[in-house]
Amino acid sequence: MTAAPRTRPAPSSPPAGRPAGRGLHATARIVATAEAGSTRFPLLQGDGPLDLRRLRPDGPRARLCLLNAMSSPHNGDRLRVEVTIGPGADVYITSAAATVALPGPAPGHACYDVVLRVEESARLRWLPEPVVSVSGSDLRQSIRVELAPTARLLLGEQQILGRAHEPTGRLDSRLSVRCDGRTLLDQHTVYGPGAPGWDGPAVLAGNRATGQLLLIDPAIEDPSCVRLLGGTPVEGHGVIVPLPGPGRLLTAVAPDAGVLRRLFDAALCHLGFSDG
Amino acid sequence: MSPAALLVLSDGRFPSGGHAHSGGAEAAIAAGHVHDAATLERFCLGRLHTVGLVSAALAAAAAGGCDPLLLDAAADARTPVPALRRVARRMGRQLMRAVLAVWPDPGLRELAAARPGGAHQPIVLGLAARAAGLSPPDAAQAAGYDAVCGPVTAAVRLLGLDPFHATAVLARLTDDIEEVSRQAAGDAARVPAEGVDVLPAASAPLLDITAEQHSAWPVRLFAS
Repeated sequence: MTAAPRTRPAPSSPPAGRPAGRGLHATARIVATAEAGSTRFPLLQGDGPLDLRRLRPDGPRARLCLLNAMSSPHNGDRLRVEVTIGPGADVYITSAAATVALPGPAPGHACYDVVLRVEESARLRWLPEPVVSVSGSDLRQSIRVELAPTARLLLGEQQILGRAHEPTGRLDSRLSVRCDGRTLLDQHTVYGPGAPGWDGPAVLAGNRATGQLLLIDPAIEDPSCVRLLGGTPVEGHGVIVPLPGPGRLLTAVAPDAGVLRRLFDAALCHLGFSDG
Repeated sequence: MSPAALLVLSDGRFPSGGHAHSGGAEAAIAAGHVHDAATLERFCLGRLHTVGLVSAALAAAAAGGCDPLLLDAAADARTPVPALRRVARRMGRQLMRAVLAVWPDPGLRELAAARPGGAHQPIVLGLAARAAGLSPPDAAQAAGYDAVCGPVTAAVRLLGLDPFHATAVLARLTDDIEEVSRQAAGDAARVPAEGVDVLPAASAPLLDITAEQHSAWPVRLFAS
């Protein structure tokens, strides 16, 4: 973390009269624009546990870190992050630590929704740390991406099912990507208690870490190439495939977070992101 | 409506070419993950509630009269792995040949002309069900059953599994097939008002990964 100025979270304003124990509701908003060869943030608004910090820029690329300033999401929480990358802007967003889905006193599941809009000729690298599903937690997360035809995206999501040696909570994730108005990718996974066959040989076969890395770039070279990674129970399994459109996708499963990270690193290198 | 038509359409002897595909079972057996009736049932349960659900919803939507080309694009978005897109289209083309002879229908002919390389198989199945006078829930059931029938038949050949025990696996899955088809038909019924994005997109990471691993094997008994 660099000594860049800290952004001030806007005060979270819970609706009046909401009874205690209903979980917290928070929405963070990020708007980036390109100005004179660099990227600026006319809107950078944290909320509740979602804090945003600027990192040192990397040339023309602005960098941000999403910081979870208190333990969340607990069951019953509703978190949301809205990101708009304006025409020509170039942004890298990561998170300071894993997002740990926790059980909580409020009834029902937690929600964590991410909406990413990347406009003409803009670039977004969305590479947060993994989501960890703790025993007894119930999280529904969604990532919705809207891309302009000339937008570029590198997006990673990693899911760790349970901390070491504990059963997982329930983790429901949907990733949908629309490019130029049509849906390019729609994936929905449900793991943990109540999801039939999730741990069986068709879905995860005992693996506890899984993730996807998506690259969308209209200028992708050799889009038809398939690359297999790992291939043993110890190394985990991964495959980089061409999507039916301007994209490539890594799907990986691994016995634990460390092995999954190595598959991601190998895939990033293969996709030409050796700098991460 | 003729429920007997559903029996004809879902019969393993219907000449759809499905016998050449194990639905990922061959790879799971080679990895040692499926080795008996119990592990086969776990495999089928996961397959049914992921790709089976998606197939059932696509079939129900096609049977309900949704635009098959929009459904075909929705199937592509739900099939990120090229090996499985190829298989789905090849199976769709084979099924199309059979149903054009069995239940000739202008809707099927139009789709065959628009997708000469084959449309995704569940969409052809749904249009076949429609041509046979079956309902969207019927089509969902046929697709749900299809999602587990292939792996079970393949396991009999690959593991030398007792066919009685293999069929018992199918019998134990009937409640899940019902549940999946009900959900699929419910989602499909929302497509005319809300668009194809309401269709389920359940996915199984290992089925995707092992499909590409399997297609790179130099020698294999099943095409998928």
